[in-house]
Amino acid sequence: MEITLTHYLVLSSILFAIGLIGIMRRKNLLMLFFATEILLNATNIGFAAISHYIGDLSGQMFAFFIIAIAASEVAIGLGLLIVWYKRTGKIDLDQMNSMRG
Amino acid sequence: MFEAIAFYLFAVLTIVMFTITVMTSQALYAITAMAAGMIFISAFFFILGADFLGAIQIIVYTGAVMALYAFGMMFFDTTRNVVEKKVNPQIVFVLGVLAAVMVVAIFVAPIISDNIQALYPIDPTIGNSQAVGMVLFTKYLVPFELAAVMLLVAMIGGIIMAGKKMDKSLTLMAEEEIGMMDDSYRAEEGGH
Repeated sequence: MEITLTHYLVLSSILFAIGLIGIMRRKNLLMLFFATEILLNATNIGFAAISHYIGDLSGQMFAFFIIAIAASEVAIGLGLLIVWYKRTGKIDLDQMNSMRG
Repeated sequence: MFEAIAFYLFAVLTIVMFTITVMTSQALYAITAMAAGMIFISAFFFILGADFLGAIQIIVYTGAVMALYAFGMMFFDTTRNVVEKKVNPQIVFVLGVLAAVMVVAIFVAPIISDNIQALYPIDPTIGNSQAVGMVLFTKYLVPFELAAVMLLVAMIGGIIMAGKKMDKSLTLMAEEEIGMMDDSYRAEEGGH
């Protein structure tokens, strides 16, 4: 029973779908951040799998840069979230309507 | 054979953990399940021979990112149940169509990738960490430096946003007091 590239890509798309479901159903901003982390991890699995099966290191490089982007996203996002929570006491998405969007 | 067993075991575990993260109404369950899912994902990297990436996944995600989230959750009210969003049908439709297109693209990708040539072929005589270092510090040096600068900017931004006026509790002040504080702060800035 051979594990092929398709197995990994199917797994990656399943995890990506789970992350999309999380983005669609969450209202709490912290939970939305969790869902974005799931999305980034799903793409990382796809990159690593393609890198392995094609025999090219570029996929792993992209996965490294995605991890770096995820780390800085968490730092900035949590900073903004803490400021917002200090000012309003809530981190609900529906409450952020000051820009009348 | 063992590869298949490991793949299916960790696939099921990862999917279950991330489903718990997405579906639970308790924030603490969500963060714990996601930390476990990150560890299980590193197992895929080890199976795929990307040893360095797996180690980085454990160190950065379960070490740094999860610690940051746990630190952030200390500020928020985590005992309250998380309220779920009332679904907007238009957004669900758009996201559903996008997800369907993406799934088609993913399943078509292996057919297209038959033509792909490996630009930086993996040398079996050297280890993964050494190979990664050689590619990262030659071909990807400029993106690497840019990523370093980006992380520095993010670190400074996080410190400034989360750490400003730590001696005053913004949550215990009335809205007018916060407004006054903002005004005085702006006046200070303008005076310089």
